[in-house]
Amino acid sequence: MSVLAIIDHGQGQIKKSTGELLAYSAALANALGTEVSALILGTVEDNLSDLGKYGVSSIFQDINAGFNTADNQALTAAIAQFVTEKNIDTIVFPDGTLSNSVAPRLSAKLKAGFVSNAIGLPKLENGFSVKKAVYSGKAFAWYKINTAVKVISISSNSFEVKTSDATANVEAVSLNLEASKVTIQSVDIVKGEIPLSEASIVVSGGRGLKGPENWKIVEDLAHSLHAGLACSRPVSDSGWRPHHEHVGQTGKQIAPNLYIAAGISGAIQHLGGVNRSKVIVVINNDPEAPFFKAADYGIVGDVFEILPRLTAAVNNLN
Amino acid sequence: MKILVAISKTPDTTSKITFKENNTQPDESSTQWIINPYDEWYSLVRAIEIKEKDPATIVHILTVGNAGSDPILRKALALGGDEAIRINSEAKDAFTIANEIANVAQAGAYDIIFTGKESIDFNGGSVGAILAELLQLPYLPLATKLELEGNNATITREIEGGEEKDAVATPFVIGCTKGMAEQRIPNMRGIMGARSKPLKVVEPTATESFTTIESFELPAAKDGVKLFEAGQEADLIKILHEVEKVL
Ligand SMILES: Cc1cc2nc3c(=O)[nH]c(=O)nc-3n(C[C@H](O)[C@H](O)[C@H](O)COP(=O)(O)OP(=O)(O)OC[C@H]3O[C@@H](n4cnc5c(N)ncnc54)[C@H](O)[C@@H]3O)c2cc1C
Repeated sequence: MSVLAIIDHGQGQIKKSTGELLAYSAALANALGTEVSALILGTVEDNLSDLGKYGVSSIFQDINAGFNTADNQALTAAIAQFVTEKNIDTIVFPDGTLSNSVAPRLSAKLKAGFVSNAIGLPKLENGFSVKKAVYSGKAFAWYKINTAVKVISISSNSFEVKTSDATANVEAVSLNLEASKVTIQSVDIVKGEIPLSEASIVVSGGRGLKGPENWKIVEDLAHSLHAGLACSRPVSDSGWRPHHEHVGQTGKQIAPNLYIAAGISGAIQHLGGVNRSKVIVVINNDPEAPFFKAADYGIVGDVFEILPRLTAAVNNLN
Repeated sequence: MKILVAISKTPDTTSKITFKENNTQPDESSTQWIINPYDEWYSLVRAIEIKEKDPATIVHILTVGNAGSDPILRKALALGGDEAIRINSEAKDAFTIANEIANVAQAGAYDIIFTGKESIDFNGGSVGAILAELLQLPYLPLATKLELEGNNATITREIEGGEEKDAVATPFVIGCTKGMAEQRIPNMRGIMGARSKPLKVVEPTATESFTTIESFELPAAKDGVKLFEAGQEADLIKILHEVEKVL
């Protein structure tokens, strides 16, 4: 019996959410009275032994393994074999594209129950029950996993990370990765951008910005806050901003610590993607805009005046 | 080309979500049902576009559900599907649903199986991947573009921080998201034609569900918005920094 965290990475760096993943997995193992370890496939620039500070003392690394979600069939088979050999019964994935592909596949392979985007540690009094957001954030559900082996993925920004000065022992392993049936032709990463899934602050613009030429004031604020950029659906539909920035029920679902919405009305379909943000700030010149009902803080006024002043205030703080 | 499109029935986006029986069951008494938007706008429409380009293509539409799911199957037929299949079972969890679909998919020898990125009710995002594993097929999640040349497909997918282009040969399972196609509204001819298209009902196999929902909760009510005047931006930033500690 033990817990295994699967570390996700790309472009030579582990994902920022890894700290949360490892801290969560360590706390879960502690609650279950069992051991915890982590697995990383491929190489990264980060010093893996430093990750011990999040409470995981042993990390298995296969430096020869490829690691891409397009290879999810091969990755699943390899991880399943590893998990079985090591007698692991709880596998934890971070939020992101792995939890969309490898995690559910692995659950099917291991005949294990899977719950995606868990919020917080499971309740263990009466089995293993995990809380997750459902109905696009309009409600939560407690899912009980009925199988001996369990697979979960955890929602970003949902678990508080504490660190110590411990280090981890990194052990080389060699997984048996079969050839992928999918060939990757090209990978195009937008440089210098904070992916929405990793951003703890997100600045978002809507139709109130009037046009793509006005986005600099949104970008300036995001830059000062080291924030990710997002937009409402009509903004990406009109081609003002790229599709990957569109948040909402039919776009990305995010749960940052701070979500700043400028010139967005707050239609229910937009809220569906952002309502789990910890703090919501809304800037809109219409005091009746529905978004104010979901917001924690608001400024009624013109985005063209307010955004530059917010940026200045942030810069003063730094 | 033989295509299967798996669709699910979800509450209309604007439906109020409430629960009954001590918060253990969704109260669906006034729910308006729609085809899950990812399934309809992206995967189903893309499948129909393929058929429009190559009329030899067959598009089957499948859902797991009771007779209450028939209207969404009829709508999918009105949009241009050839035949609908309903697996006569209450949807339990992602594994049982995927398992039922896998049985039909295996028998039907489909070249492409379309699913949506996720359903907007339980937001699990896992049926497509589980199905692919059960069928031992490649799975291309978060797909925004699909180009076909014979049996070879080029698929563009969202990955974290950017996109990726993949090449894969049929058969495969694809999970579609925004960008794949544009929403369509069925026309009168489609609606009339759908009435005479076959809707097959298949009995389920007995599969045990690996997860069960024990209870639901509604989010805690917000305290209400704290408003600032234009000109007080620095005060707001101070509160975000010192009180909320999010900066
Ligand atoms: C099934 C379905 C799914 C959908 N999915 C999504 C989704 O995922 N994400 C999404 O965002 N939408 C989605 N939509 C669309 C959604 O219903 C709204 O149409 C959309 O969110 C509106 O975007 P907006 O707020 O940017 O634009 P608008 O509704 O046009 O609002 C613009 C706002 O800007 C304000 N404004 C204008 N000028 C200024 C100014 N100078 N200063 C300050 N404020 C100003 C206005 O008061 C207004 O409130 C979906 C719709 C449907 C039917």
